[in-house]
Amino acid sequence: MTTDLLNVSDLRVSFATDTGVARVLDKVNFSIRRGEIVGLVGESGCGKTTLARAILGVLPVNSARIDGGRIQFQSENLLEMPSERLSKEVRGRTITFIPQDPFSSFNPVFTIGSQITDLMRWKSPLRNTQGLTRGSPWWSLRRYEKQRFKADRARVLELLRAVQLPDPEAILRKYPHEISGGQRQRLMIAQALLPEPQLIIADEPTTALDVTIQAQILKLLRQLAHDRDIAVLFTTHDLGTTYEICDRITVMYAGQEMESATASDFFNRPSHPYTQKLLESLPRDKERIQGIPGDIPTLISPPTGCRFHPRCDRADKTCADTRPAAKSIWTNHTVRCYHPNTDPEVHRELINQPYPDP
Amino acid sequence: MTTEPPQTILRISKLRKFFAIRNAWNRRIGWLKAVDDISLEVYRGEILGIVGESGCGKSTLGKTLMGIHKSSGGEVVFEDQPLVNLTRQESRRLSRQLQYSYQDPGASLDPRWKIRRSLHEPLVIHSGLDYQERDERVKSILDAVGLPQGHLELYPHEISGGQQRRVGLARILTLHPSLIILDEPTSGLDVSVQATILSLFLDLKKQFDLTYMFISHDLSVIRMLCDRVAVMYLGKIVELGETETIFNHPRHPYTQSLLAAIPVIGGERITDNFWLEGEPPNPSALPSGCRFRTRCPNALAICAESDPPLRSDWPHQQVACTLAE
Repeated sequence: MTTDLLNVSDLRVSFATDTGVARVLDKVNFSIRRGEIVGLVGESGCGKTTLARAILGVLPVNSARIDGGRIQFQSENLLEMPSERLSKEVRGRTITFIPQDPFSSFNPVFTIGSQITDLMRWKSPLRNTQGLTRGSPWWSLRRYEKQRFKADRARVLELLRAVQLPDPEAILRKYPHEISGGQRQRLMIAQALLPEPQLIIADEPTTALDVTIQAQILKLLRQLAHDRDIAVLFTTHDLGTTYEICDRITVMYAGQEMESATASDFFNRPSHPYTQKLLESLPRDKERIQGIPGDIPTLISPPTGCRFHPRCDRADKTCADTRPAAKSIWTNHTVRCYHPNTDPEVHRELINQPYPDP
Repeated sequence: MTTEPPQTILRISKLRKFFAIRNAWNRRIGWLKAVDDISLEVYRGEILGIVGESGCGKSTLGKTLMGIHKSSGGEVVFEDQPLVNLTRQESRRLSRQLQYSYQDPGASLDPRWKIRRSLHEPLVIHSGLDYQERDERVKSILDAVGLPQGHLELYPHEISGGQQRRVGLARILTLHPSLIILDEPTSGLDVSVQATILSLFLDLKKQFDLTYMFISHDLSVIRMLCDRVAVMYLGKIVELGETETIFNHPRHPYTQSLLAAIPVIGGERITDNFWLEGEPPNPSALPSGCRFRTRCPNALAICAESDPPLRSDWPHQQVACTLAE
């Protein structure tokens, strides 16, 4: 589609491990449109973080290898972009990142203000990158004009207010250990917004936080992204948070994407057997709680065909032979499954009675 | 709920655990009240949930009960025997009955020991059984927690997180305890694994006549599993009662905000209407009066004057809020 901001197609990534080559991403297809919040849901080890890191181009150099595919961002393939341009124009500029753990993401020996200033020096939208190349003299790289500094600082303060941090000027003088986890995550969001990006990759930004703080952060992130028309890739293992924040949802399992739909459609008609099992394992009813039988496959020798077939009760021989192609079962709703369960009864069972409220 | 009056297995009254805050010269400059005057009863055969955010003292409560932390005051009576200031022998005898399941069982298993040895260890300490008898008991328990015999020969790092939790449970169950304190037993697990572990808890409870004290921050798990719930905020219980009553009619504003913060698929979006602001205050410098008043939307001047006690003005529910009705 032409309106896609980011389009990942047939991406394959493998990792070298002691026991063999783990095929962590197996022909993943995935897209984000402009200004859209997309949730990438999956259990641990399904490759969601690897996908996020592949987009940013920060996969571990020694062990990871990209075996094929494209990552189309705006009109360019990020995998073919020279690394110098990638780091100058894309990473930290048009695509920014919110990490999972706000506790280890700040340097403990510098004040928050100096860390943000450092970020602004290199990644501020006001920075003129045209004249600067590798051949420029070092002082032209080090220079941080007073006027730009003032403008940048005003922007930082304005953003800290936007993420609802009390007394932003005092916060800039503090060290990371002096502020709480929720405030650090707010700072992370502010940092991610500073370069005026087109896309923010948020890697489980709320898993380390308490529920009430999580609710505040989700509310804030959703509002800021929509106000500024920024697309967000939101990875999580919690279907509940995707319900809160996402416009579209993609479910991954063992390195393959399984189902992709708009949020409303996804939560009205979840049709892939894996998605349904995942919804069934949410804690709801004492009498019928059940997990998914079997274990997550090892990615070194993954199952052939659809990687979910050994644990799937609708699987047959074709599932083991070849991986199903993406099938569009409704508009804006695709599954990669030969036997999606589209029974409306099942959907009602899964969604409309999540909690037996009186 | 059973019709006969519930039998108390553990009675906690006015339990306190204060940690001293010391300055660089080791002089005490204040107290951190992690557990502050908590009174609670656990009935035989129930699952009591303790819920609260990080730093509210729920793990400290569990550890103080176990004697891992020395209590700063108050009484604990377990199976009609006081649990405070016991001699080593007495506490060892009692600790067979009262067991604690750690948050991260992977870290509490010795990485250099095979699972077999880890499972034998409690029996070596607490029972006079010989190797054959111990091994028989270990195998039957292993069966009960749904692990294959082959796992006895593996090391902790060779099994998955869910399986490590099963081993942790098996290790506790070998002593046939009557009350188990489960400290965040499902944190860090994927939902599908969590579901199997939770159903395992329920099976084991039936099989071994267990009572659980279930410490968690996950309200949806608590709601599904527990018969009664205690909601903690900064070292105090703010609301206590039967799960259904509390989840359907939360009366303390903190409980209300906690419930409003859980995402419910198919329900209203919290991102549209979540109202609680701010973060918990520093536990070493608590506000006067009610601890929640700095974030409470209904707070009045009266809330700053005295700390409200738990009021039992409602059936099956006690609330520590002056304004609750």
